[in-house]
Amino acid sequence: MQEVTTEKKEFTPNIVAFCCNWCSYAGADLAGSSRLTYPANVKIIRVPCSCRVNPTFILKAFQQGADGVILCGCHPGDCHYVTGNYYTRRRMALLFNFLDYMGIEKERTRVEWVSAAEGARFSAVMNDFVETVTKLGENKRLTDLRVKEGE
Amino acid sequence: MKDVELKMIERAKALLESGEVARVVGWKKGDFCFDPSPAVFETVEELKDFVYDYFCGANLSKYLIQVSKKEGKTAVFLKPCDTYSFNQLVKEYRIKRENVYVIAVECLGKLDIEKIKGNGIVGVTGVEVVGKDVNVTSAYGNATLYKPDVVLTKCATCTKTHVAKDEEIILHEREAKDVNRFEEVEKLEAMTADERFAFWREQLSKCIRCNACRNVCPACSCLKCVFDNPASGIAAKANDDQFEEQLFHVIRAFHVSGRCTDCGECSRVCPQNIPLHLLNRKFIKDIDGLYGEYQAGEESEGKTPLTSFTEGDSEVNDVVYGEAK
Ligand code: SF4
Ligand code: SF4
Repeated sequence: MQEVTTEKKEFTPNIVAFCCNWCSYAGADLAGSSRLTYPANVKIIRVPCSCRVNPTFILKAFQQGADGVILCGCHPGDCHYVTGNYYTRRRMALLFNFLDYMGIEKERTRVEWVSAAEGARFSAVMNDFVETVTKLGENKRLTDLRVKEGE
Repeated sequence: MKDVELKMIERAKALLESGEVARVVGWKKGDFCFDPSPAVFETVEELKDFVYDYFCGANLSKYLIQVSKKEGKTAVFLKPCDTYSFNQLVKEYRIKRENVYVIAVECLGKLDIEKIKGNGIVGVTGVEVVGKDVNVTSAYGNATLYKPDVVLTKCATCTKTHVAKDEEIILHEREAKDVNRFEEVEKLEAMTADERFAFWREQLSKCIRCNACRNVCPACSCLKCVFDNPASGIAAKANDDQFEEQLFHVIRAFHVSGRCTDCGECSRVCPQNIPLHLLNRKFIKDIDGLYGEYQAGEESEGKTPLTSFTEGDSEVNDVVYGEAK
């Protein structure tokens, strides 16, 4: 019999972060230049406004294997395009609640408002989110939504 | 219901004869007593096939998108739930209100032939409804069923009244119902995430992507739908794309959120009996809970919950089951 040794690797979740160009993306920059850290498994996707994030982007991220998706935009009232983030807030409140209804835990999705001046907050938010998702473990659910076990 | 049908035919005849309308949209006899289908009647002679009975569950409003673009006015018979879809389509500029003459017709709840067959009755040749009794005659004998057990799922919780009409034909009073249409949604919400996932996977894996739910849906009226594949050469055929294939139901539910009138057509036509209304009702319930009660189609103008906002809306992370923490 062949002996198999498997090293138990620690689980590092895949995190996708959609960041608004005018605030949180710059906030991430500031975090970097202030030498604050955030986990390397956070993949940032720059968008012109949090409102640009079509719900299917979120679904696609999950379907491609993300374990958690976070969306960052300007604080309400500070949107570069005046009202974009207010629409985001409604859309995502409904979508994330709906995903939870389908069995994708609420903790795997999050919306945070981070301004360009909040480098420290950016780093704290990401660290906290990665920790939460790490605890939840792997998410295969959306890919499996229509595939029954044993098939 | 026969008296209602006669009245409807009489009105359709009068409208066509006087030239007030160029056509009437209604239901015509099918091959069996339980499959009348939506039809357009342009002459008085054609009305000989007109029917209105307990199997006329189909919502006629979506047909108006095409039909009402033709020359002349179109008359249509709408049940209470259909009038909401009609208003919603007017609101979305898919139907011109002035091109349509709406005749509101009574509906006492329509029957679901699948549920009747589910009682082991085959070869149904006729039904007669007396109060809560449904007397079914079949090739193999007669049976009496309890009406609430065999109505369409959408009718079981319907409390709608006509919201659009130019005239009405209502001969019988409908009994008031005390129902909670969110009961099933609440049951799901009370489960764990794992259980919910298992439930939906069981349901959605039955889907054969026939697209019937999309095609029947009055909220799905886009000329070019994201789920069409123009390269396939076959109209309305599903894309062969994994993302779309796996997330069809989620994407569609989101697309119609805030616009779905809860007409229940999607669940009615699904050949796999997937409870699609439970997807849409989740959105409806959350919208009600978060942004105030909203019934799509109640008005034929104004903004929808997803095309408006208030500064004080609850924060996304605080929202749990449609109610902010
Ligand atoms: S999603 Fe279903 S219930 Fe909603 S409008 Fe479309 S067919 Fe009717
Ligand atoms: S009607 Fe039912 S089987 Fe057909 S595509 Fe819709 S959910 Fe799938």
